[in-house]
Amino acid sequence: MRHLNRLSWVVPMAAASIFSIGAAPSHATTLNIVMESRVSVLDPVLSTAHQSRNHGYMIYDTLLALDEQGVIRPEMVDNWKVSDDKKTYTFTLRDGLTWHDGAKVTAEDCVASIKRWAQQDRMGRALMKYITDLHADGEKTFSVTLSIPNDLILTAFAKPSGIPLFMMPKRVAETPVTDPITDYTGSGPFKFVAAEYKPGVRVVYVKNEAYVPRPEPASGLAGGKVAKVDRVERIEMADQLSAVNALIKHEIDYLETVPFDLLPMVEGLPGVVVERLDTLGYQPVYRFNHLHPPFNNKLVRQAAMYAIGQEAALQTQIGNPKYYRTCAAVFGCGLPYESSAKSEMVIPSDIEKAKSLLKQSGYNGERVVVLQATDIPIIASMPIVIAQHLREAGFNVDLQAMDFMTVLSRRSNRGSVAEGGWSLFVTTWHNTEVEDPVRSFTVSANGNDAWAGWPTVPAIVEGTNQFLLAPDEEHRKQIAARLQELVIEEGVVGPLGSVTKPVGYSTAISGVLHAPVQVFWNISK
Amino acid sequence: MAGYIFNRILATIPVMAVVALIVFFLLRLSPGDPAAIMAGDAASPAQIEQMRHQMGLDRPIAVQFFVWIHQLLSGDFGLSLHSKIPVWDMIAGRIGPSLALSISTIAFSILVAIPLGVIAAWAHGTLLDRAVMSFSVIGFSAPIFLTGYILVFFFALKLDWFPVQGYHPVSDGASLFLRGLVLPTLALSTIYIALISRITRSSLLEILGEDFIRTARAKGVTEFSVFLKHALRNASIPIVTIIGVGAAFLISGVVVTESVFNIPGLGRMVVEAVLARDYPLIQGLVLVFSFVYVVINLIVDLLYTILDPRITY
Repeated sequence: MRHLNRLSWVVPMAAASIFSIGAAPSHATTLNIVMESRVSVLDPVLSTAHQSRNHGYMIYDTLLALDEQGVIRPEMVDNWKVSDDKKTYTFTLRDGLTWHDGAKVTAEDCVASIKRWAQQDRMGRALMKYITDLHADGEKTFSVTLSIPNDLILTAFAKPSGIPLFMMPKRVAETPVTDPITDYTGSGPFKFVAAEYKPGVRVVYVKNEAYVPRPEPASGLAGGKVAKVDRVERIEMADQLSAVNALIKHEIDYLETVPFDLLPMVEGLPGVVVERLDTLGYQPVYRFNHLHPPFNNKLVRQAAMYAIGQEAALQTQIGNPKYYRTCAAVFGCGLPYESSAKSEMVIPSDIEKAKSLLKQSGYNGERVVVLQATDIPIIASMPIVIAQHLREAGFNVDLQAMDFMTVLSRRSNRGSVAEGGWSLFVTTWHNTEVEDPVRSFTVSANGNDAWAGWPTVPAIVEGTNQFLLAPDEEHRKQIAARLQELVIEEGVVGPLGSVTKPVGYSTAISGVLHAPVQVFWNISK
Repeated sequence: MAGYIFNRILATIPVMAVVALIVFFLLRLSPGDPAAIMAGDAASPAQIEQMRHQMGLDRPIAVQFFVWIHQLLSGDFGLSLHSKIPVWDMIAGRIGPSLALSISTIAFSILVAIPLGVIAAWAHGTLLDRAVMSFSVIGFSAPIFLTGYILVFFFALKLDWFPVQGYHPVSDGASLFLRGLVLPTLALSTIYIALISRITRSSLLEILGEDFIRTARAKGVTEFSVFLKHALRNASIPIVTIIGVGAAFLISGVVVTESVFNIPGLGRMVVEAVLARDYPLIQGLVLVFSFVYVVINLIVDLLYTILDPRITY
C-alpha cells in the first residue's frame, strides 16, 4: 500500500541523515562556497532570481558571452555571419560540444533553448516580435532572421543577467515555461549532482570531464571555462555572521557577499582576500504606484523624488563610500547609456523644493504606504530613510516592514492602500539588467501590462520601441538620453545610485574572475 | 496500561486533525503568494496566474483542503511547491541533525540541571544557591543566538576548539560528529538548564519541608540519601513535567540554533519553508512537530507511573 511504502522510507532516510552523507572522495579538491541567498528554483529560465542564474552558469553554457571589457565574444559558437541586409544571423557551433549525458550539442537544441528563453526574457520577448524565422540549418548551424536590420540579437544572446540565454537539450527546452524543468542536463564546465542536492542545505557540482573549453584564457564570462577543482559544494547558510566566521576559520573558501557591517572583521585579515569582483554592481530603485493617490499625480511624484535623494539612503544602507556612488543614470552607472540628465531631481534631497511642489500639487494628506523588505541586505534600510525624507516634505507616510516574499505578493495588489495596496517600493537590479530600455523592467510604462507600479507613458513605450529598431549605436544613445529625461520627469522610476558588493575568499584559492556574475571555473585550490 | 496507551494514541487523531485544519487555513489566510514568489520579481500577472494553476492553487480552498487530506490519509504529504521533492522525503532527510541536536540537548540539560537544582536546594539561602539561580536567570533571559555567537567567538574563533558551523553525521567520524554538536548543544541547553534547575530547586525545597523527610533525618539517614533517594524522587513529577513542556522551547530554540550554527535540520527547514510560502512543506512540518509534541507528552505521562507508583491509569 502506498502509505506503508511511504512510511518504510522514513526510518532508513532518517537514519541515513544521522549516519551518512554523500562525502567527496578524499582525493578530490572541493571548493566550498556560500552564496548570498539560497537557490530555490533550479530552472534559470523560469526565475529571474540571481541564485537561479548563478546555478545556471555552473551547469549550462551560453552561445555568446561578455569578456571582462564587456565585449561580446563567441562561447559555444565558433563564429557567426551577418547577412548584407543585417537581418539574418547564422551561427555555427564549435566542435566538441556535448551534453552531460554524452550526446552532441546540436543546432536544434539551441533553437529550442532560444524559443523557451524568449518566452520569459523581456529582451527576448521584444525581439521575437521581429524574428520571422529561427531554424537549424544542419547539425551545427542555425540562423535567426529578423524583419528589420538589427544587431541587438547579439546583445540579447550575450547578456549576462536578467535571464541569460542558457543552452539546454531540446527535450528539456521544450518544457513549457509554466513548468520548471526537472532534467538538469547541461553542457557547462560543471555537472549538477542531483543525488546530493538538499534544498536549503547544499548543492553539489562536479567537474565535467568531457567539457571542451575554448582555447583563449578566461575573461569575464567569456573565454576558456576550465574547471580546476573536482567539486564545488555550495553550502546554504542563513546566518551572515556564521558565514563570515566560517570564512575566517577557513571552513569555507568563498563568500559571495561580505555584509557591509561585518567587513571590519575580515578586511586585512591574513588568509582572507576581500575584493570587488563585480565592478558594475547593482542599481537600487524605487517605483511609485501610478494607479492610486497620491502618486497618480505627476507633481506629487516629482515632489517625492526631490525629497528622497540618494546620499542618505546609500550611506545608511552601505556606509562605506568605497562601495556606493550617487548616480542619476536610469540605464546603469558606468554603462553605455549612462546619463546625468535630471540628476537634480534624484540625487540631492531638496526638502524645500519638495514642499513647494507638494503644495502646488494639491496633496491632501493621502496615506503613502512604503513597503520595506527587511531581508534583502542591500536595500533593507533604504525605505526607512525614504520614509523619513517624505515625512519631512509633508507626506503622510506609513512604512510597512515585511519579508521580501510578502513584498512580492503585496506588490501585485493593484488596489488602493485601503484595499491592501501600496504607494512605493524599493528593490534592486543588477546594472546589466537595466542597461537599456528593451531589457529593463524599471522603465516599463505600458500601463496595466507594465511592471509593478503600472505607469502609463506612451512616449516611453514608443521610445523603447524606437531604441529596439534604431539602426545604429549613435541613434540608440540619443533615444536613451531622451528616455532618461522622460522616465525621471514622469516619475516612472527613481534610481538610487549604484552599489557594489565585496566578495571574500580564502588565499588558498586563486584564479577568481572579475565578472558581473560569480562563476567558479578557472579557480584552483 | 496498554489500554491507556492505546486510548492516548487514538486521541492523537483528533488532535492532529485539528492541527491540520488550523495550519492549512492559517497559511492560506496569511499574506504571501507562493505563485508570485516562484514566478519571480518581474513576472506578469498572466505568468503568476499560470504558475498558480500549475501549483493547483487556483482551485477552491475547500477542494485544495480535501485533496490534501486525501493525500495525508494515504501517507502522502504531497510535493514541495519549490523543489517538487516529496515532503516526506525532505523531512526524513533532515530530521537526523535535529534529532541529534535535540537528544544531546535534553541529555546534557538533564545531566547538568538536576544536579545544579539539587545543589541549589541543598545550599538554599547561601551564595552558592544565589549563584546557581543567577545563572538560571541569565540562561533563561539571554537569546539563544547571542549565547551561540559568544560561544563561537570564544571556543571556535579564539581557541579553535570547535568548528564555527556545520553538521557532520556519524559516518564522518564520531569525533567530527561530536565536536560539531558541542557548541550548538551548549547554546540551546542554556535555557533548558535554567528552566529545569529552577524547577528542581523549588520542587525539592517543597518536598524537604515534608514530615517524612524530617522522619528520615531523625532516623539517621544521610543527607545524601535524604536528597537523592527520598526527596528527589518525590520531587520528580514537576521536574519531568517541565522537561516535557520544555520540548516546546526546544522546537523553537532549534530553529534559531540551526540557523546560527548552520545545522541542516528541521528548524531551518521551517524558516525556509515559511519564507518561501511552501505550503505543503510547512503543513508537513507542523504536523510532524505536533506529533512529536503529543508523543513527548505521552512519554511524560507514562513516566509518572514509574516515578510515582500511586499514579495509575
